[in-house]
Amino acid sequence: MDKTRATLAEAVADIPDGASVMIGGFGGSGAPIELIHALIDRFAATGSPKNLTLINNNAGNGHVGLAALIEQGMVRKLICSFPRSADPRVFTQKYQAGEIELELVPQGTLAERIRAGGAGIPAFYTPTGFGTLLAEGKAIETFEGRSYVRERWLKADVALIKADVADPYGNLTYRMAARNFNPLMAMAAATTIVQARRIVAAGEIDPETVITPGIFVQYVVEVANPAQEEVLNRAGARYPEGEVA
Amino acid sequence: MSEKLSNAQIAWRAAQDIADGAYVNLGIGFPEMVAQYQPPGRQAIFHTENGILGFGEAPPQGEEDWDMINAGKKAVTLNPGAAFFHHADSFAMVRGGHLDVAILGAYEVAENGDLANWSTGPKGVPAVGGAMDLVHGAKRVAVITEHVTKDGKPKLVKRCTLPLTGVGCVTRLYTSLAVIDIEGGHFVLREKLPSISLETLQSLTGAELKLDGPVADLIVPEL
Repeated sequence: MDKTRATLAEAVADIPDGASVMIGGFGGSGAPIELIHALIDRFAATGSPKNLTLINNNAGNGHVGLAALIEQGMVRKLICSFPRSADPRVFTQKYQAGEIELELVPQGTLAERIRAGGAGIPAFYTPTGFGTLLAEGKAIETFEGRSYVRERWLKADVALIKADVADPYGNLTYRMAARNFNPLMAMAAATTIVQARRIVAAGEIDPETVITPGIFVQYVVEVANPAQEEVLNRAGARYPEGEVA
Repeated sequence: MSEKLSNAQIAWRAAQDIADGAYVNLGIGFPEMVAQYQPPGRQAIFHTENGILGFGEAPPQGEEDWDMINAGKKAVTLNPGAAFFHHADSFAMVRGGHLDVAILGAYEVAENGDLANWSTGPKGVPAVGGAMDLVHGAKRVAVITEHVTKDGKPKLVKRCTLPLTGVGCVTRLYTSLAVIDIEGGHFVLREKLPSISLETLQSLTGAELKLDGPVADLIVPEL
């Protein structure tokens, strides 16, 4: 078995217009910047994919990664918990212009909806959001005297994941708090595409340390020196390079 | 009104109620200051939504590792005994009632324990983050806040007017003037600055301050 792909372009080649795409990361930590930029390159060359629904905790920062994807006009809808950042202008302008739809989800509910999607659980009850605007229209049930909100699973066509070490079976480890949403999203997508800092031979990852078992992964591409969104933003970077909005 | 506590002093007072070994989540911004004022000999274990237990202070500038950040996206370091985990485990710690204390900021807190701290209304881009989860998870949900708004209006009110973060969730308030518990749908005054009269404090509070035993002086060091 070999899930490795030689290039980022090859790994993202089949994502169609209108796809729902989970993107790992919390802010820049764990964000698969190179996979996102490969998607932007494909859009620049072919006009696809567009009308994407993105699922991420945030809405991008500056003009790289997730923010660049939004800035290029490839995103129809964003599902997230916190669409603010040090420099949220790209999302904010599109949102205020009515050019992008926002579904706001409490962060723990977002994580659990994704986990439920990957685990085959169509709905669950959480105390989070009860009595607030974010529970409007949702079923409420009482358990042991306390009220809970019914929330639905969240699945996606594609997940873009940043891992630390991978093997050809798609087994993954993560680096520190870059783990965040990545293992959950890997479970919840029909096609999970991973960029890993290093791809090693099968057997070289100690099975005790595997965080995402390969069953959840379809493609793996090596990106040896992945960019950090925070570092790019501090340098004033834009993607595509040199483009001035 | 003659005097009030600074943000650092409010944070200091809140820190005095955190036990050694407590698992604690501090909200983004002002609540993060609480970590600086742990009493000597006590060590809380700080939780961040993005998957760290046991994070420590910020690293020196230039030594940041951007895979090691807190919920405010600021670089942190690790204390001995730290652990990483994914987001679903992180919120299982929250929702599952495993955290001892969550300390959050507030726009408004009502006498019934309702909290509004995520939205100031329909203008702007709404953002909620983990606040709605935290208020229903921790064993104790405390709020640190100025007693009144910049315009002098009460932040402690009968019923919240802003969109709610959670219903009946706040158990204790540390304000710039007082320490107040929420019990049985009422504000119960526990401590107040010695320099402020009960009448003045009540006039700056949007719902009745109940008394249940003696009110202690709120004494905080210069910081």
